[in-house]
Amino acid sequence: MRITPFASSLVALAAAVSLAGCAANEAAPAGSAAATSSGATLTGKGSSAMKAAQEKWVADFQTANSGVTVNYSPEGSGAGRSAFIAGAAQFAGSDRALKDEEMGAGKFAGCAADSSALNLPVYVSPIAIIFNIEGVDSLTLDPATAAGIFAGKITTWNDPAIAKTNPGVTLPDGNITAVHRADDSGTTSNFTDTLNALAPTVWTEAASDAWPAAIGGEAATGTSGVVGAVTNGTNTIGYADASQAAKLGHVTLLVDGKKLTPTADAASKIVDASPLVKGRATNDLALKLDRTSEGAYPAVLVSYVIVCETYQDSATAKLVKDYVGYIASSAGQQSAATAAGSAPLSSAFQAKVKAAVDSIK
Amino acid sequence: MSAVTLRPLRSDTLTAGRLPRWSVPVAIVGSLLIGYLIADGLQESPNLALVAGLGFVLFLVTMEVATRLVEGRRQASDRRATHLVTAAFVLALVPLGSVLWEAISQGIGRLDATFFSYSMRNVVGAGGGAAHAITGTLWITGLAALISVPIGLMTAIYLAEYGSGNRTAKAITFFVDVMTGIPSIVAGLFAYSLMAMIFGPGSVFGFSGSIALSVLMIPVVVRSCEELLRLVPNELREAAYALGVPKWITIVRIVLPTAISGLVSGIILAIARVIGETAPLMIAAGFTASLNNNLLDNPMMTLPVFVYDSYAHPGSDVTPYLDRAWAGALTLILIVMLLNLIGRLVARRFAPKTGR
Amino acid sequence: MTRPVTHETVTESGDQGGPGVQATAADDKRRVGDSVFRLLATGSGLTILVILALVAAFLVIQGSPALLAPAETLKTQGYGEFAAWVAPFAFGTVWAAILALAMAVPVAIGIALFISHYAPRAIAQPLGYVIDLLAAVPSVVFGLWGTSVLAVATQPLYLWLNTHLSWIPFFGGQASGTGRTILTAAVVLAVMVLPITTSMCREVFLQAPRLHEEAALALGATRWEMIRMAVLPFARPGIVAAVMLGLGRALGETMAVAMVMSGGRNITFQVLTSNNPNTIAATIAQNFPEAFGLKTNQLVAAGLILFLITLVVNMLARWIVARRAEYSGAN
Repeated sequence: MRITPFASSLVALAAAVSLAGCAANEAAPAGSAAATSSGATLTGKGSSAMKAAQEKWVADFQTANSGVTVNYSPEGSGAGRSAFIAGAAQFAGSDRALKDEEMGAGKFAGCAADSSALNLPVYVSPIAIIFNIEGVDSLTLDPATAAGIFAGKITTWNDPAIAKTNPGVTLPDGNITAVHRADDSGTTSNFTDTLNALAPTVWTEAASDAWPAAIGGEAATGTSGVVGAVTNGTNTIGYADASQAAKLGHVTLLVDGKKLTPTADAASKIVDASPLVKGRATNDLALKLDRTSEGAYPAVLVSYVIVCETYQDSATAKLVKDYVGYIASSAGQQSAATAAGSAPLSSAFQAKVKAAVDSIK
Repeated sequence: MSAVTLRPLRSDTLTAGRLPRWSVPVAIVGSLLIGYLIADGLQESPNLALVAGLGFVLFLVTMEVATRLVEGRRQASDRRATHLVTAAFVLALVPLGSVLWEAISQGIGRLDATFFSYSMRNVVGAGGGAAHAITGTLWITGLAALISVPIGLMTAIYLAEYGSGNRTAKAITFFVDVMTGIPSIVAGLFAYSLMAMIFGPGSVFGFSGSIALSVLMIPVVVRSCEELLRLVPNELREAAYALGVPKWITIVRIVLPTAISGLVSGIILAIARVIGETAPLMIAAGFTASLNNNLLDNPMMTLPVFVYDSYAHPGSDVTPYLDRAWAGALTLILIVMLLNLIGRLVARRFAPKTGR
Repeated sequence: MTRPVTHETVTESGDQGGPGVQATAADDKRRVGDSVFRLLATGSGLTILVILALVAAFLVIQGSPALLAPAETLKTQGYGEFAAWVAPFAFGTVWAAILALAMAVPVAIGIALFISHYAPRAIAQPLGYVIDLLAAVPSVVFGLWGTSVLAVATQPLYLWLNTHLSWIPFFGGQASGTGRTILTAAVVLAVMVLPITTSMCREVFLQAPRLHEEAALALGATRWEMIRMAVLPFARPGIVAAVMLGLGRALGETMAVAMVMSGGRNITFQVLTSNNPNTIAATIAQNFPEAFGLKTNQLVAAGLILFLITLVVNMLARWIVARRAEYSGAN
């Protein structure tokens, strides 16, 4: 009895706000529930790296198709793949393609019984090595030095190896704080893969989602955590999605005498130059990234949308085809580039993705 | 209890002088000054925390010596306790002030009409609001409270009034303590798997979030309510029984009203404890940019998830996202403030008039 | 659940208008009321046990694949051999909680006493209100505050401690360049624990029998002696309960720790370095999004370990502070 007035005031408060708070930007019919309950809903889950791009794509798509709601939940690639396999999401966003042993007809609860999945690369973004050093505006490193810094073998900024590639720059006599991701992430996987590919003698660990336990250093959660730690600390260095770290200095990589910066152009080159994974269905576009290709910025994150070859019902298939079709279109890629700073796919590759999307049943 | 026994008043305590009133402020200022000088010697640029710390130690020592000389040992320990207690309070105000200042100064900018009337549907970059997250938070937390408060309060009543000492009660008390240690993310995973088992995979909706929050909330409600019920003097119960009032009416009309102020603040604290949970809601209640008032279908956005997402996954122009994150955090604080106010009004209405 | 009770109360209070002459029907109604109420109370208690059993079952079922898998499988598909993998996190969880409580408990008791017995009454209430507000701050905001304000502010202090006091084992090692150490995380945890601990202590202190306090004062006790003799002994079980609530929060806090602390996998008592032992809750939160297959099971198994830690810590606390069962009413 003592609780009832309290509880009822809570409910009254909730009711009041929900009545008053019918979102002004949602075309809700007067007096009824919001628009979401009326139209079709598409659920995607996965990579947080492409959250900003998905947000833009969802907004564009919903504006063009009123009544449709797309929910993209940025819980992480692993959660996205699990949900897709369990049939809990109609598409997944993932920082890696499904492996051979994960593919196969009938392994996906949300797809038709005889259907396998398709991996479609739709989001390409350069990973920048970011730094915050007192009095230093630009920094050039060769891969071996960068790997040495992150492996903890080079510990001060005035190390001769760093000075060699930075003539004319006054480097402080401070300890290096190298910041890495504390959480497992596709960014770490791609970054460690790059170090391993370009400086195999210094960075001996294979690519992995988790930062190697044997190598210490400062750990921070998420891209924003790394950016925050590098920004707030002194004499720090880290790696992050280039678009998320616009305010910090970006390291220029010196590969075979060529200076490479994390720009959209340099990043998208790698997608065109890389071969597809062998032994997959014609329309599966899983890439085997070739990080040593000429003139391409090597540290690149490629994220996939994973969809069914055949959906259980044609309505969902149509919705997925429309949505992913828009993502891979020139308009979709361009709009993500503006909003999220990603690297648009080349028109040749866009055509490949479009062909794959058209094959979805 | 026996640690301090009252000694007979020493004759000099009455006649001994007392420190003048100005001694405390003077000692504070003096100690801080000397603290600054020492810190200046130790460091190139004196750290504020170091100055305050050194100053406080100096102040304690000076006052201890001065009071002991002038007022005696017992007064000295009394003063020491007063200073420590006050210092604890001032110390706590520093992070409190800092956190609130951050939230207010960074959040006030976006706390406009748009923020409360718009959702994030079809909004990219600047603009948009948290209408969907605010309603979602109220629905989910409200339902969680509706589940947790009756269960928690009744359990507390069982523990305090019926079961004291028996084995079931002991087991419940013990496991409630264990339950307070369930990490929030485990509660989220639990609710998610439970719903997946009952409603099939992908059952992410508001109700599931309420279940996750209830798992976290129930033990807090039980623990704070139980202690307060136990503190209600037995004389009150016995007086009621003597008048022939049945036990359950004694509880409802005598025990609960006596403890009402504490009960309400305990319940509000329990709500405050869960309303800001991020990880379990992200897993159990999901993520959406659109308004959803249906607890049983489709994901429902909540303020903490809104705040975390705005902070963690901004677009290429970070500023509008961070502004929304802080505004969301401030809104959450305001909601709890409002609840607190309502709670106190309710408590005042039902509380018996006492001397306190 | 409360509805039928409301009804009963109304009718019964009507009965009380005429005391003394009660019909047998009313007596029956009482007995029914009593047993219904008792049943509800007992049922609620048992519901809690059922919920907890469900959570435990969930942890065991979901965690067992990782616990039962051979070490080799875990090395390739999981995070590595289970015991070696989880040990640093278990250590970090307990260590961070100890540091946090060591800071929070004395301060919380101090604040509670200040509000209940020291501050003038006119400002005591608003003060309590302000402290309660701290409980409303979402953990994400504590995380943001911890990294962008607290860590930045304390980093010079850490450097100073590290240079001048590194002979104390806690302050050894190489000081962090960002201030995101386990000590900072413990301070954030302490601040998060404060409101719930303070609020409960305060309520308990306020309930201390007024007569005892006045008696002590009348005997010439100073305010502090009165508190030590009349308030603290009375409040001790309540303080323990408050500390346990705080401990629960400190052990299980996820987001703030994940954001504030630079966590790794080494077991160390040094509190100023970048290489801190991570906590179990933060590890789960950080790795769950990308976890897949056996890794998910391993993370849930870590959750089970945290559950067991809480169990053991509670048993220890109970063993240390043998609770007095019959203090109700304190007379």
